[in-house]
Amino acid sequence: MAIEAVTPDLTEDSSRQSGWSRLFRNVSALIGGGLLILIALMGLFASSLTSLDPTEINPSNRLKSPGHEASIRDDDGNKQKVIAHMGTDSLGRDIYSRVVYGARISLIVGIAVALASVVLGTVIGLVAGYFRWVDAVVMRIMDGLMAIPAILLAISLVSLSGASLFAVVIAITIPEIPRVVRLVRSIVLTIREEPYVEAAISVGTPTHKILWRHVLPNTISPLIVQGTFICGSAILLEAILSFLGVGIPPETPTWGNIMAEGRDFFQIHPHAIFYPAIFLSVTVLGINMLGDGMRDTLDPRMDRNI
Amino acid sequence: MANSTKSKNGENVLEIKNLTVSLPKGADREFAIEDVSISIGVGEIVCIVGESGSGKSVTAQTVMGLNPPDQLKPVAGSIHLNNESILDVSQERLRQLRGERMAMIFQEPMTALNPVMTVGDQIAEMLEIHTNMSSGERYKKVLEVMEDVNLPDPKKMIDSYPHQLSGGQRQRIMIAIALALEPDLLIADEPTTALDVTTQAQILDLIKDIQKRHGTAVMFITHDFGVVAEIADRVIVMRNGHVVEHGTVDYVLSESTEPYTRMLISSVPSLTPPKREPIIKGEPILETRGLEKIYGSLGLFGRGRVVHAANQVKLEVRRGETLGVVGESGSGKSTVARCIVRLVDPNGGEVLIDGNDIAGLSQKGIRPFRKDVQIVFQDPYRSLNPRRTVGQSIIEGPMNFKVSKSEAIDRAAELMRVVGLSPDALDRFPHQFSGGQRQRICIARALAMEPEILIADEAVSALDVSVQAQVLELLDQVRQEFDLAVLFITHDLRVAAQICDRIMVMKLGEVVEEGPTASVYADPQHEYTKLLLDAAPGREVDFTAAVTG
Repeated sequence: MAIEAVTPDLTEDSSRQSGWSRLFRNVSALIGGGLLILIALMGLFASSLTSLDPTEINPSNRLKSPGHEASIRDDDGNKQKVIAHMGTDSLGRDIYSRVVYGARISLIVGIAVALASVVLGTVIGLVAGYFRWVDAVVMRIMDGLMAIPAILLAISLVSLSGASLFAVVIAITIPEIPRVVRLVRSIVLTIREEPYVEAAISVGTPTHKILWRHVLPNTISPLIVQGTFICGSAILLEAILSFLGVGIPPETPTWGNIMAEGRDFFQIHPHAIFYPAIFLSVTVLGINMLGDGMRDTLDPRMDRNI
Repeated sequence: MANSTKSKNGENVLEIKNLTVSLPKGADREFAIEDVSISIGVGEIVCIVGESGSGKSVTAQTVMGLNPPDQLKPVAGSIHLNNESILDVSQERLRQLRGERMAMIFQEPMTALNPVMTVGDQIAEMLEIHTNMSSGERYKKVLEVMEDVNLPDPKKMIDSYPHQLSGGQRQRIMIAIALALEPDLLIADEPTTALDVTTQAQILDLIKDIQKRHGTAVMFITHDFGVVAEIADRVIVMRNGHVVEHGTVDYVLSESTEPYTRMLISSVPSLTPPKREPIIKGEPILETRGLEKIYGSLGLFGRGRVVHAANQVKLEVRRGETLGVVGESGSGKSTVARCIVRLVDPNGGEVLIDGNDIAGLSQKGIRPFRKDVQIVFQDPYRSLNPRRTVGQSIIEGPMNFKVSKSEAIDRAAELMRVVGLSPDALDRFPHQFSGGQRQRICIARALAMEPEILIADEAVSALDVSVQAQVLELLDQVRQEFDLAVLFITHDLRVAAQICDRIMVMKLGEVVEEGPTASVYADPQHEYTKLLLDAAPGREVDFTAAVTG
């Protein structure tokens, strides 16, 4: 028969161009990513950005306005002049250094919650999507979890174990898991019907390899996008919990704690709430812009429109 | 207003002159269509034939003004509808022309209709937008056009939703919508491709009939020469955006000297089966007895809808033999295949592979038998994991059965040669191959398991006719080379005639007729088989004979 050996030409399909190079041309992703890097650097180098201890109480310096100059004694007993760029709170702690250190907690909470909920949600979602009999049970539990408002659920979870960073991360992760499970499950349900999955079944590929090789890779880009949004909402939720006084212990500098502290004196000293709020909004804005940008570039459904 | 601007006899309703439409940058060619000229007169049916990528749909959509303007831009030439230049009119006028003067019907009637609106409302919407009729007049007119397209009991059907109708009825509704305002030009873009062959015959008859009664000019786009033979007055053959041939249907089908046209026509499988030696040797390697599959069951809230997809199906295939399973959609032919591969679990009966019953085995118990039965699917674009190289896809199976990687790769390279591809292509990704090449890769993947039985589930149905012929040849070649038992599932009687030793006809889950291919085609016993054979488009024309003779 007249079939010649055909070598397909190597023309690169433009729509398959690497997602990363397109990400770098997305304005929203660039701005969002840039803001996040700044905040992350701030948290990372917090100790060199401020010489003051964010937890040190100084009763003589209470409720000062931004720009107030004060003299303090350092460890050697020498007098030293410092400027409170953002003023001080009702216990005389420097708000600037608290805000700078607070970035650490916010980012740790955001990233830890995003990772934990994506990993747990993916495992549960894969199993629920692929095995019919698990599905009914697992999804009813997820429905139940989603029926409880996230904040109420988080508050009750924290109050079970007492306030700590770890407890807060767990308490925020649990309400986020059902969202990831639903996303992963819906992808698995469509992919498991694909002929290439059926072909893998008919060549005897074991189920765990089918899930790992053929199903899981399809969930990665939607999960990256979902993960950034979870990160953003986790940071907000942590701030809300701290503000309500059920989050991380009040002496730890977090943006939510600073705002909770400033609540009573809001009318005379709005800066105590104002500054941390700006940082909180900018961080969440940065994360959401990055997520939007990634959704535009990584989501394969958008891909096909090109 | 319906007959105010009908063109005079001898004048063309549609006149496309030297039309060129550009593709966006980075596409595989510069122009979607280039220098295309087509004219369609009053009461004429012109078929545009071509393989995928020929530009036939772009031509139609440019006429309707439906192309995304930033991606497919007409850069040269003109289109005149009743002497009005369509490329120059305002969006507002174009909107008016669509529906009043020209209308289009699409391939997939389910997605072209709004699922949450009754079909009556969808027809009436046309009248509401384009005319000043009162709602009473509209109701009467809707009934009238529904009768016109031979829908049974329009008074009842007017309040139905699209999902309550059959595929053929939905396409009739589409035609009713298109014809509600009696346009001068009807553009039909593969209107019967998604339909079963018996329904297709009815819709083709309907289009012919309506065209005769109303004198509508029809631009009919198809890839199927059988349909062309049924319906066309004139034929335009397109390839890669160019018109390669243009002539009356008789000329193009039987006298054309254009090599591309001849190649296309000679690739159309003949309805006359070639002579084949009957295969009687040996025991059947694959056998089903009383195979049962029922979809749907007792739901949580009482009894749901139940479909008996396979009902007491009995079949036998020997080594070196091809058994064709033929039927329309819903006949259960794919269900039988999926039960044999155990992608679905049968509800009853036996599936014997070399004498071993695998119907009741668990997924674990079935594993040793997975080697013996392999399947090739219909859609070449979805049967390979886009993220894995074709080499990885081919060696996956053997490596599941403890073949070493280097051995599996050597075998894959050899199989690539067998299916007519270069072994260096193993580390490419599926998107770098054409549909036909991908189907070859799928065959290589199946052969890598060294199976006894190969199931082809509509394996050539999604391919262009010239590619289809090559893949069919390949399937027949590997059957001989590896002494395979082949179960060939298709809805296409022409394809089945060419490749099958025996034919089994299925309807609604039951086998209605079975026998050697030649005798089934020459002397069908069951009413349904006769109906299917009668409905095959272009059955009077033997394409292979027409060209060579």
